[in-house]
Amino acid sequence: MARPLINVPAKVKRGQAFEIKTLISHVMETGYRYTTVGARIPRDIVTFFSCSYNGEEIFRADLSPAISANPFITFFTVATESGTLEFKWVGDNGFSEIATATIVVE
Amino acid sequence: MNRSAPLPRTVRRRAAAITVLLSVVIAGSVLAADIPLDQRRSGYADLGRDSKAMQDDDNVNPATLWVLDGEALWNQKAGAANRACADCHGDATASMKGVAARYPAYSPARNGPIDLEQRINLCRSEQQQATPLPFESRDLLALTAYVGRQSRGMPIAQASDERLKPFIEAGRKLFTQRLGQIDLSCAQCHDDNWGKHLAGSFLPQGHPNGYPLYRLEWQGVGSLQRRLRNCLIGMRAEPYAFGSSEFVVLELFLMQRARGMTIETPAVRP
Repeated sequence: MARPLINVPAKVKRGQAFEIKTLISHVMETGYRYTTVGARIPRDIVTFFSCSYNGEEIFRADLSPAISANPFITFFTVATESGTLEFKWVGDNGFSEIATATIVVE
Repeated sequence: MNRSAPLPRTVRRRAAAITVLLSVVIAGSVLAADIPLDQRRSGYADLGRDSKAMQDDDNVNPATLWVLDGEALWNQKAGAANRACADCHGDATASMKGVAARYPAYSPARNGPIDLEQRINLCRSEQQQATPLPFESRDLLALTAYVGRQSRGMPIAQASDERLKPFIEAGRKLFTQRLGQIDLSCAQCHDDNWGKHLAGSFLPQGHPNGYPLYRLEWQGVGSLQRRLRNCLIGMRAEPYAFGSSEFVVLELFLMQRARGMTIETPAVRP
């Protein structure tokens, strides 16, 4: 499975808002579907996402079965310091994925 | 007293039947003509703003996840020969440029056209001595999307191989042939009635220039054959088997019908 896709601008001016785009590969199986022979397909979704900026949490989301496969989460934050953005996804069946991105604030 | 008594039911039925028959005769008499070259439009043109934005940005297009998987597979050794695609073909961004634009292509070994998925599997079984990847498996879609991605922005090539001619004609015949319980041909929708709606859905011209693509309905990437299968089920016809000669000649005909159009692989469609 591919690594999550993170898109942040390489350089941002201090005090400026910038967009962060994340895309992760996941089936997001709802748990409400059945196979052709009637067996229930167990739920397998991402349940939690968070983003921290130099260790401080700036965005968090709880995900539900209604969210489509390969969840695309995008949000804005204000550039304060150069540093690292850390992204974390947690889900059913022990799913856990971490990705990082660096940002330069001028 | 009610003067305008309703007609007996049998008469009404007969009238309805004649109307239906007439409309069928009229529809049938308008022969499926090819769409003039300058009137062809990619399904992209009729996408909503959000879906267009999704296809336009690789960081937003979920099919990129498949393309990245394909890139990893391209460089990964496989099979008894312990060889990766890259060991023969090198850098795909150079060696695979334009390849998807000319598939399905003629295979002397098969004595007929083969599509890109079959070409990849031929390489796997002959060069890598590995088991072929199943149709619609994530790995085969990923490799096809990665190879297809290298032709993005290029025009679909006009088939120059004379040996393909009878197969293109066979594809055209299937495209215009009425099939299934509702007795419908591909051409009746995609040549004669494109731009209208089928139930609530927009009816596109049905060009193959974005495959394999991310279909929102599928929540994933799928091949042109999967899309054709969907249409056949909608026509209540029995779908051909994946990899069958019927599907490959249809793919070949569709590519020639879309010759010169720009490849968008991997596209996004509803």
